[in-house]
Amino acid sequence: MTVEQFVFLVFAVITLGAALMVVTDRKVIHSALWLILSLFGVAGLYVLLNAGFFAVVQVVVYIGAIAILFIFAAMLTRKAMEDVGPQVNPGWPAAALIGGVVFVALAWMLSHWGQFMALPPAFADDTPTLTQLGVALVSPDAYVIPFEIASVLLVAAMVGALYAAWGKKK
Amino acid sequence: MSFFSDPVNSIILWLRNLLIGWGLSTGGVTLIMKALGVMVLSTLALLLVIFLIWLERKLAARFQQRLGPNRVGPYGLIQPIADVIKIFTKEHITPFGVEGFLYNLAPILSVAAVLMLWAVIPLYKGVVGADLNVGVLYLVAAGALGTLAILLAGWSSNNKYALVGAFRTVAQMVSYEVPTVISLLVPVLLAGTMSVSGIVEQQKVIYLLVSPVAALLFFLSSLAEIGRTPFDLMEAESEIVAGFHIEYSGLKFGMFYVGEFLHAFTVSALFAVLFLGGWRGWGAESFPLLGLVYFMLKSFLVYFLVVWVRSTLPRVRIDQMLNFNWKFLTPVGLILLVATAVVQKVILISGASYGVMVLSHLVVNVLILWVAFRIVETREARRPRRQPVAQPRPVARPPEVTQA
Amino acid sequence: MIPLSWYLILAAALFSIGLYGVLARKNAVAILMGVELMLNAVNINLVAFWRYLDVDTVAGQAFALMVFAVAAAEVAVGLALFIALYRRRGTVVADEIDLMKW
Repeated sequence: MTVEQFVFLVFAVITLGAALMVVTDRKVIHSALWLILSLFGVAGLYVLLNAGFFAVVQVVVYIGAIAILFIFAAMLTRKAMEDVGPQVNPGWPAAALIGGVVFVALAWMLSHWGQFMALPPAFADDTPTLTQLGVALVSPDAYVIPFEIASVLLVAAMVGALYAAWGKKK
Repeated sequence: MSFFSDPVNSIILWLRNLLIGWGLSTGGVTLIMKALGVMVLSTLALLLVIFLIWLERKLAARFQQRLGPNRVGPYGLIQPIADVIKIFTKEHITPFGVEGFLYNLAPILSVAAVLMLWAVIPLYKGVVGADLNVGVLYLVAAGALGTLAILLAGWSSNNKYALVGAFRTVAQMVSYEVPTVISLLVPVLLAGTMSVSGIVEQQKVIYLLVSPVAALLFFLSSLAEIGRTPFDLMEAESEIVAGFHIEYSGLKFGMFYVGEFLHAFTVSALFAVLFLGGWRGWGAESFPLLGLVYFMLKSFLVYFLVVWVRSTLPRVRIDQMLNFNWKFLTPVGLILLVATAVVQKVILISGASYGVMVLSHLVVNVLILWVAFRIVETREARRPRRQPVAQPRPVARPPEVTQA
Repeated sequence: MIPLSWYLILAAALFSIGLYGVLARKNAVAILMGVELMLNAVNINLVAFWRYLDVDTVAGQAFALMVFAVAAAEVAVGLALFIALYRRRGTVVADEIDLMKW
């Protein structure tokens, strides 16, 4: 068990354990806080995958913005007695079964894939991935169109969210 | 390198050789060195706060034309230590109904989020905690964690004033992250790297003179991020009964207090690093310890500015604050970013010299600032204002004397 | 050395947990959290595939960045809708939002 594998296991336990608590905790606000922990675990996994930029973007976007949105929404849509009673649908055993079947099916399908046990190729620490990504996002024969469409999507989402949550017509 | 010219690196080298001599593997040595570095940096930062508390009280007092603490020790220098002892010995009152774990986690997370910022600040040439190549983005991420800590504090206190205060504080901090990020992108554009120590290396001319609008934006939005007057709604005792940390007492409140002071100084240090050249100065290359002196001087200068602004300006209302953010800072920041990018690209293509680049950026900045102020002036002039009531109304009137 | 399978199994597990969250929870905000978990699982998959199979190109990274943007947009709109819904109907329990049922 190398150090890297041990660190991976730690982050995997954090991610999956927190994810389990997200879907099983009775109070929605606790679920939001467990979600934050799970997202931290995912950020750690990105660091292990030599994608440091993604780890920081994960913290900024998911934890710094989306998770706070979740906490706000959970607090604003909460009545006094809301968290009493079963928090799961009556058909939750079927949902658990479906989740389990999906997991087993994915794992089985992937294990029959040729490169399932692939080892990572060498990766020099000073590879300019950030520069490559930046250039690729604005270069016309790379990914500038998805980048621009994502910007338009974000503007549309902003406008839509503002309008939907505005309240009384002014 | 001699010990006096570059103490940190020589200590690191000596310690590393010592540990390798004891037979540890290089991985273990690196781990121990990094852990030691974290502990030393955090301890030094927290000890610095004691000096900062004294400095702030003295400065605020002098601005208000009084003396400030001057009894406890020479010039009141022992006063913060007395304060610390007092806070340590206060009782931890835990109110009924708080969420235990989160209630205790929030002050720790608040201080941790600020200490994390110190990891990427270069102290002098070649000495930085972690030379991340996404250092500037890491700064934003650590700021986001501070926001989370406040939300946890407000919610776990089981107190509606704390919750409302936490909401307002988080709304303020999240709103002001936008101009902070935009103004942080300008030094990144000018230096061509997101690494903070790289930005310091690239500052042949300090970025305050190259892009003063970005410096102004960063200063103002950071003032709002750290919750300093004029944006100190977070803890306005007269308005919301101390806001999100109302239910904290003793050392837990002390942690919030320390975190706030440290955040103010950290933001000053960041301003010094990003816009004033950090450790750069005469002789800092050849005699690295001088770089540390320059860095400290610049940080304290900016901290003095922060305290000056705090002692001078009144508090703004929350709607004024949010208006200021979304209707002034963010548009100016966006236009500045586009203009800087365009100018930088034009300079790159035309291959002009460094001086021409500096001058063109400066001209564009002054232009943007002038246009922004003109727009604000015309908007203000056209806004209908209520006329003040002409006659003064006395609060209390003595009874009329009826007899002659 | 960590084989690719570890990351794939982890992402599959995270995806299934998110799927259970979406199918089994009543509160709409909690359902959206399940969706977030699924999106994170997809992102882990993308970045792992990029690292293990295709390090020299940036396709994996660019795609993962798009997923970040889409997730942020979706959460913003979804939560705005839930808040508006809460104002109208007073509840965010998914079963009780049935105005359009036949």
